[in-house]
Formats: sequence, structure tokens, C-alpha cells
Amino acid sequence: MEYLIIIISALIVNNIVHAQFLGICPFLGVSNKVSTALGMAGAVTFVMVLATVVTYLTQIYVLEPLGIGFLQTISFILIIAALVQMVEIVLKKISQPLYQALGIFLPLITTNCAVLGVAILVIKKNYNLLESVVFTASNAIGFGFALIIMAGIREQLELADIPSTMKGVPISLITAGILALAFMGFTGIV
Amino acid sequence: MNQMQNFTKGFFKENPILVLVLGTCPTLATTSSSLNGLGMGIATTFVLVGSNVVISLLSKFIPDKVRIPAFITVIASFVTIVDLIMQAYVPDLYKTLGIFIPLIVVNCIVLGRAEAYASKNNVLSSLIDGLGMGLGFTMALGVLGALREIAGSGSIFGHKFINGDGILVFILAPGAFIALGYLIALVKKINKTS
Repeated sequence: MEYLIIIISALIVNNIVHAQFLGICPFLGVSNKVSTALGMAGAVTFVMVLATVVTYLTQIYVLEPLGIGFLQTISFILIIAALVQMVEIVLKKISQPLYQALGIFLPLITTNCAVLGVAILVIKKNYNLLESVVFTASNAIGFGFALIIMAGIREQLELADIPSTMKGVPISLITAGILALAFMGFTGIV
Repeated sequence: MNQMQNFTKGFFKENPILVLVLGTCPTLATTSSSLNGLGMGIATTFVLVGSNVVISLLSKFIPDKVRIPAFITVIASFVTIVDLIMQAYVPDLYKTLGIFIPLIVVNCIVLGRAEAYASKNNVLSSLIDGLGMGLGFTMALGVLGALREIAGSGSIFGHKFINGDGILVFILAPGAFIALGYLIALVKKINKTS
């Protein structure tokens, strides 16, 4: 039951993009087409879960026993950067199709604030390891969910007649705002 | 380009938020009031100036291949300093901004200036560039925060000037997206006509 609450809360009620404002750059940048959105969503889910597990273990077994919690930001960002590089190398070796599908998105993920954000949130919320994994996975899926909805809408927007000053970023932001309104409708169910 | 132009480019011509659309996450999340927006802006400016200066000093010693991790380490150190200072002296603001203080590390503006400017220019120019960009960022956050606070709760910097409630949606999540969307469109229009 607890896990169900975590899942629903992270997936729709406190959607990572629409309610917590994490990962807006890729949300605006790679939501032109549904196919690229799917690729990005897959890559983010993979890296985010992996990164949270590693940073969580680092926090519990290294930073806290040594009393160097203030190094959290530095160590987490370096872990994530190294991890992304490693995933890229491993994927290239073992699975060419997967590398071709996710490869181009991997370098972008290092500066995706959603990955570092979730890693820090997990520590702030005092979750245990399993709860952390569930929380991270649902947040990642929530991110993919928002990205794919947005991509679907933007494919249609391409055909619409938009005033020239509103083209591009402004109309995307306003669309995102209306979507966020829709997500707000779920407030209060958990 | 003289130093004055170098300083002012961050405000209008290359404003990181309103023209380049970088660092949107903290922009949307921390502008529910003008004070929060300004606080976030000043914290980012400090990191930007500090990392720009250090990176321009070290750029000759950092091998090209590992420059990005090296830049990130420098930036993360400054973020940690800001984090500890704010926790000690402005605990209320620290609590409201919460997770977005450590997230300055992944703000594209900071790494973007390090890579595009500080690693190629001298210390003084990098300092001025960082200051200009940081203040441009602060200005955009302040304006957006003020607009949202005026529309959302009828007050400015906490001083109420309208009786009753404002349009609540503007201080909630959807209002952030919509207000920033219109603000960027407005700046686009102004830049086009001038």
C-alpha cells in the first residue's frame, strides 16, 4: 500500500515535470517528435534508477559514516557524470541497437537536473533502498509520460497557425502550463 | 567588444532565460514570489562569478579531454559554499528554495558560460561576463517573480496592495509556465522591433 501511494504520487499527483519543475530543459528540447521522446524517456529511466541506487549507497555507506555529508553535491554529480559515461561505453560494447536508440541522449542526461534532483530527494525523504528504487522508477516514468504527451501535442501544433512571436518556446511553455493545470486535477487523491 | 557591452549583454541581448532559454527549472520553481526569485538569482550569480574566475585562471592547466568533469567539480565546490552559507544565514529562504540550491550545479547557464566564455578569456573579462549574466538571470527571475506575485496574491515583496485573493493559479505550477511563456514572447517581440 505504501508503495502504491509512492507510485501514484510520483507518477501523476506530484509529476516531476508539471509539479516539481525538474527536467524542464529536455522536456522542452526533445519533445518535438514522439519517437525521440520515447528514446529520451527510456534513457532517463535507465540512468535515473541506476544513479539513485549508486548515490544512495554512497550516502549511506560512505558520506554518513565519515561525517562528510557536505560533499553530497560534489560527489553525486561526479558519480552521475561517471555513470553516464560508463553506461555509454557498456551499451556500445554489448548492445548496438540499444546504443543507437539511446546513445545520443546519454550525454544530455548528465546535465538533466531530474537525475540529480531525484537522487537528492530520496535522501531528503529518508526512504529505504527499495522505496528509493520505486520512487525513482515512478518519477522516471512520470517524466516519460509528460514528455510523450507533450510530443504528441507538439506534433499537432506544427500544423497550427501560430503568431510568429509565440512560435517555438513560448507556445510550448503555455501548452505545458495547460497540461500542468490538468495534472493539478489529481491533487488530493493521495 | 568593450567591457561595458560585455557586462550588459546578459541583460537583454543574451539574457540567459528570456533569450537563450537556459536554466528553466529554477526559473519556474523559485519564482512564486519576487523575494524567492531574487534570492535564487543572487545565489546563482555568486556561483557563476566564482566558477568563471576560477575556471579562467585554471584553463591553461586543465587538459582538454577532462575539462567538463573539472569544470563541474569547480562549480560544485562553489555550490557547496553557497549551500552552507545560506543554511547558516538565511535559513527561511534556504528552506523555501530547498532542493534547487544544490541543483545550481546542473544549471546549464553556469556550465555554458564556463565552456563558452571563461575557458577562452582572461580573468577580468570572465568576471564581468559572469557578473553580467548572473545579474541578467537575477533580473529575469525578479521580474517573473514580481509578475506572478502581483497577479497571484496581489502583493509585491510581501506588501499587500489589493484586498482579497489574487488569481491563485499564478503562484501555482501552471501559472509559472504560462507567465514565462508570455514573458519570453514579449521579449521576442521587443527584440524584433528594436
